[in-house]
Amino acid sequence: MTEVIKHMKGIANDIYQKIIKKKVPSLDMPIRSLQNVNYDSKIGYFELKGKILSRTLGAATIKTFAQTLLMMNESKKIVETNDIATKREIYYVSKNWGEAMFREQPESDTVMDDIEAMLGFNREQLGFIPEEKGGDVAGRLVVIDQDEEGKTIKIDCTKFGSGAYSVPTSVEGLKFETNAKFILAIETAGMFQRLVKHGYWKKADCILISMGGVPTRACRRFIRRLSDDKKIPVYVFTDGDPYGFLNIYRTLKVGSGNAAHINKYFCVPQAKFIGVTPQDIIDYKLPTHPLKDVDIKRIKDGLKNDPFVQEHQDWDKALKLMLKLGKRAEQQAFAKYNLNYVIDNYLPQKLKNTKSWLT
Amino acid sequence: MSDESQTTLKQGSGEKEGKKPIAYALAEKQRDISVAEFFEKNRHLLGFDNKKKALLTTVKEAVDNSLDACEEAEILPEISIEIIDMKNDRFRIIIEDNGPGIIKKNIPNIFAKLLFGSKFHTMKQSRGQQGIGISAAALYGQLTTGKPIKIISKISPNDPAHYCELHINTQKNKPEILSEEVKEWKKDHGTRIELDLEANYQQAGQSVDTYLKQTAIVNPHCTIIYTNPKAEQLIFARATDMLPKEPKEIKPHPYGVEIGMLMKMMRWSDSKSLQAFFMKEFSRVSSGVAKEICSKAGILPTFKPIEVNRDQAERLIKAIRETKIIAPPTDCVSPIGEELLQKGLKKEINAEFYCAVSRSPSVYRGNPFQVEAAIAYGGELPADKPVRIMRFANRVPLLYQQGACVITESISGTQWRGYGLSQSQNSIPVGPAVIVVHLASVWAPFTSEAKEAIAHYPEIVKEVKLALQECGRKLAQYTHKKRKYTDELKKRSYIEKYMPFIGEALKDLLDLKKSEQETIENMLKEILEHKRGKLEKVEMKNEEYDEEFAKIGSEEPEDSGDEEEKGEDL
Repeated sequence: MTEVIKHMKGIANDIYQKIIKKKVPSLDMPIRSLQNVNYDSKIGYFELKGKILSRTLGAATIKTFAQTLLMMNESKKIVETNDIATKREIYYVSKNWGEAMFREQPESDTVMDDIEAMLGFNREQLGFIPEEKGGDVAGRLVVIDQDEEGKTIKIDCTKFGSGAYSVPTSVEGLKFETNAKFILAIETAGMFQRLVKHGYWKKADCILISMGGVPTRACRRFIRRLSDDKKIPVYVFTDGDPYGFLNIYRTLKVGSGNAAHINKYFCVPQAKFIGVTPQDIIDYKLPTHPLKDVDIKRIKDGLKNDPFVQEHQDWDKALKLMLKLGKRAEQQAFAKYNLNYVIDNYLPQKLKNTKSWLT
Repeated sequence: MSDESQTTLKQGSGEKEGKKPIAYALAEKQRDISVAEFFEKNRHLLGFDNKKKALLTTVKEAVDNSLDACEEAEILPEISIEIIDMKNDRFRIIIEDNGPGIIKKNIPNIFAKLLFGSKFHTMKQSRGQQGIGISAAALYGQLTTGKPIKIISKISPNDPAHYCELHINTQKNKPEILSEEVKEWKKDHGTRIELDLEANYQQAGQSVDTYLKQTAIVNPHCTIIYTNPKAEQLIFARATDMLPKEPKEIKPHPYGVEIGMLMKMMRWSDSKSLQAFFMKEFSRVSSGVAKEICSKAGILPTFKPIEVNRDQAERLIKAIRETKIIAPPTDCVSPIGEELLQKGLKKEINAEFYCAVSRSPSVYRGNPFQVEAAIAYGGELPADKPVRIMRFANRVPLLYQQGACVITESISGTQWRGYGLSQSQNSIPVGPAVIVVHLASVWAPFTSEAKEAIAHYPEIVKEVKLALQECGRKLAQYTHKKRKYTDELKKRSYIEKYMPFIGEALKDLLDLKKSEQETIENMLKEILEHKRGKLEKVEMKNEEYDEEFAKIGSEEPEDSGDEEEKGEDL
């Protein structure tokens, strides 16, 4: 019996024992929010503080309670038969549960996160895989993978022309060969395209990765493993806005409050933020947009509640500066000077001037 | 035209040109205004603004008079009302009661002289007040059809019945007897009137049907037999043989008197001294209080009332205001009573919850009054509409002018949300409820002679609100209990819905047997039921509800094509 199934049976048995002793059963799991995480820069990622949410069986909880047990049961079946199911598929499987089925996928995703947190395993180990693409890779990297028959194959990421290598949903079995000087993780596909098209990775001797917004778990794990294995630094290049700072970069580097139970595996503590910083907006006289209400809210929330921001003075200052400016700028804003200003001027200058980075 | 321009005009056209002062010319236009003209111009004040309302007002005035007369004579009232459709918007109304009858001499004045009556000068709770209603109806009939009002009345089994046909001389406001005779009438005593008028009949809403039904609700001691223009007969049978407590006549209280009234009273008084006058004509005035008033006004208590001038009268009024006088006796008003009010409501409304409150009597401007309120809630009542309001004054239903009435204002001004109804700021609450308010008073302050709405005295607003709040608190207890009950029901069915899935999942996860799965379900049931406690049912069943009765006056109006006040439906 696998570890996972043993764990699930243990939880189910606790509930069973309570019921036959006429005691009200409950499900215990760590609270998944920024309020329940600690951040220590020496450890490098958000760690659970240990606050526990106890879901006692009652009128308000009985539906979720039943759904949690039903989903655990599905996971057990999947693991036993060595199969996999996507989050979307699990949502459809629930349609067979009669009254207990999920109305919308976010409901089933939440229950899945609950189980993950409760068991302390990540969802891939439970047989559930994400839908989303892992991210695009181009540059000085050879990925060593296996084909469907188990034969080792080498994928050269310099040979995709104007296209890219796509990170698979599970990256644990991959190996790497590279001499690159750094990894550049980029927020938008548009900027990634420009850098690939003009062969920036050749000039800078690096690996380019497009995250496409908040990086998926697979993408984060890929970067982490690659960086750890080959001892190469990770630089992050996002839009100059609170979403780029606090959602994309912060999640990549230290994880999120909601997934704190698995941050250990899915963080990249060695990542550094090279731009676009609020100071860049001033220094490069970038064209800007005014901050939206949600931007302002996100900054204030970050200053007040985010343990990562609280630990790092430079981020605290940067966010306050942005609030003062009342403005944000996009990666593409450098096109104001000329289309390749980013390649010829901005990135080389930023890479040289490490003092302009943020931790 | 301003005063100034008038002055210039007079100067310009005046003596300078050697003509007669303009006042002479103006004088030619100054003459008596006949009651008919006054009525024509002010029919809305008396409740005859349109044909539909004219029918209701006529029935109402006659029925109110009959009930007052019966109660005064301590007779259990039995009133029959017949309305006959004569086509072309003409109707004949015949109303007959078993009251004490009217002596021959008074019949013409009562029915054919405006402002003749027994109730204006007394301080006693009654339906009629002014002596204007029934003669106004007779005048309206005369003006619209030219026909006289026909009356037959008998005062005892030993006396013959007296019959007469009357016209009102509209120039002089005097009755004209067209014919009269002695007639055989099988009744022991009673009065029957018959008159034709231009009118419009409508069954639902602000109609005769609704008025009679509501009258029956708050007058359970009377029997009403009603034949509508469709020749359908409805009988509202007496629900109790107990006559309401006889209201007592009281003398006016000094706080309620105004200067004109005071001067008139002094002029007609036969008291030799002011002190004696105050003690005799007013309630709650002892010799000490009378002396105090006189001394504060700077007039000797021995001064003759008849010699008091305007200036002195004003000082007396001021002195009264400054003197502490105990409130008038309040046992003179006759409420319906919580029990009867609730009983009447139950007959009419099929709801789940009823409550009624009678406040203790109170005083506005020296006039004793008493407020009663009742609420019916839930059941078949619509939950998404404003509550239905039923207003009564001295046991008379008020069907018009809801918006102008102090009762409506007090309902809107009461905070209902805490009591389980929804309400937007200062408006009529919304929810499945009927709110009934009754005001009993020796002098009900109506906003107009049509007696459709009660005026806004702060003391009355306060009492109505207190009565409503008292009802509201009872209602809140019920709605809270009910909400808890339905919430609990919902939760229980929710639990039952999902419980089996827990057994099912545990069975699969732990490879349990079917019997073990059943044990889980039974145990879970026990655990959760134990945790939630026993469930108590809250709904009350109304066995007094009378479906046929409730239907009366509530059918959809067939046509509402006349100049009706819109949005005033009851």
